[in-house]
Amino acid sequence: MKILDRLLGRRRPSSREIAKERLQLVLAYDRAEISPSLLETLKDELISAISRHIDIDKAGVEVSLTQSGRRSRLIADIPLLSSQASSGSRRGRP
Amino acid sequence: MGKVITITSGKGGVGKTTATASLGVALALQGKKVVAIDTDIGLRNLDVIMGLENRIVYNLVDMVEGSCSLQQALVRDKRVSGLYLLPAAQTRSKEDLSPEDLVRVCDGMREEFDFMLIDSPAGIEKGFHNALAPADEVLIITTPEVASVRDADRVIGLVEVAGKGPIQLIINRLNPVRVRRGDMLGTEDVLEVLAIGLIGIVPEDEQVLVYANRGISVALDGRTPAGLAYWNIARRLLGEDVPFMVLEEAPSLLERLTRFMRPTR
Repeated sequence: MKILDRLLGRRRPSSREIAKERLQLVLAYDRAEISPSLLETLKDELISAISRHIDIDKAGVEVSLTQSGRRSRLIADIPLLSSQASSGSRRGRP
Repeated sequence: MGKVITITSGKGGVGKTTATASLGVALALQGKKVVAIDTDIGLRNLDVIMGLENRIVYNLVDMVEGSCSLQQALVRDKRVSGLYLLPAAQTRSKEDLSPEDLVRVCDGMREEFDFMLIDSPAGIEKGFHNALAPADEVLIITTPEVASVRDADRVIGLVEVAGKGPIQLIINRLNPVRVRRGDMLGTEDVLEVLAIGLIGIVPEDEQVLVYANRGISVALDGRTPAGLAYWNIARRLLGEDVPFMVLEEAPSLLERLTRFMRPTR
């Protein structure tokens, strides 16, 4: 099974990799002392503040925490709705 | 002037007491005068790990309260010359000591001892702050598990806020085979997440329990993997540049063949 998965390029992540990922996520919140619900509040307020000035794809907004060294970083990914290409596939990364 | 090193972890059961005892033995066997101080008031265990539980008369709290002298409270290790234990009180609480008490006790021993190793209690409450107050250096110990690394991170943050350091990391109970197999966080993973300096990796070693059962430190036997790891950490504390044991590299063909032929260990 494992060999077949590997041949088809669908490798299941090892528990080591999962542990590291979960650890990085939990530490991002711990270090910043931000709860997931505060992150939701921030996201809602960002959406309302920014959409007062420019058109954004509200459903596509993502606010997350990442780590660099021992520092947490708040990342907001806010897709803009441009008037020419309203298909909404362009993304603006701040 | 002696140096105060606090060994702490946040999470319980990751090896603080074993590390304190083992480093004490390894430093004393290298000619240093060492006192291991148990600050886990009410839940003392450094005495049993060092095999000195039957020789305690007075303790740290007695000494702080002036009921005995330092010399009366110290228990001399019979096997290792130059090694002493300052035991915790078993029937008192962490509230009976203050950070200032610990600073005063350690300052009173700096002339006599080269190293004062403080075994911190688990947690981040009063007992932890008592243990941290006199520290010149802090060793954080963690196992390669999510819960333990998370707690270590929290403690590192608190040590930084207290302005203590340098802070160095001991990774305990690492099983290189499981790391290679993808079943366990590796040294690199833990270091990347915690982003602090490493002072030692202690491999998982069945002998640690065997020695603890007998009340003898695993560091007395430098041939056991864990004993050797503690010796290396002690040498690094003494300023020697000791390369880290290579544990996690992929096994060579020869290693695989010999393992196949000799499947023990």
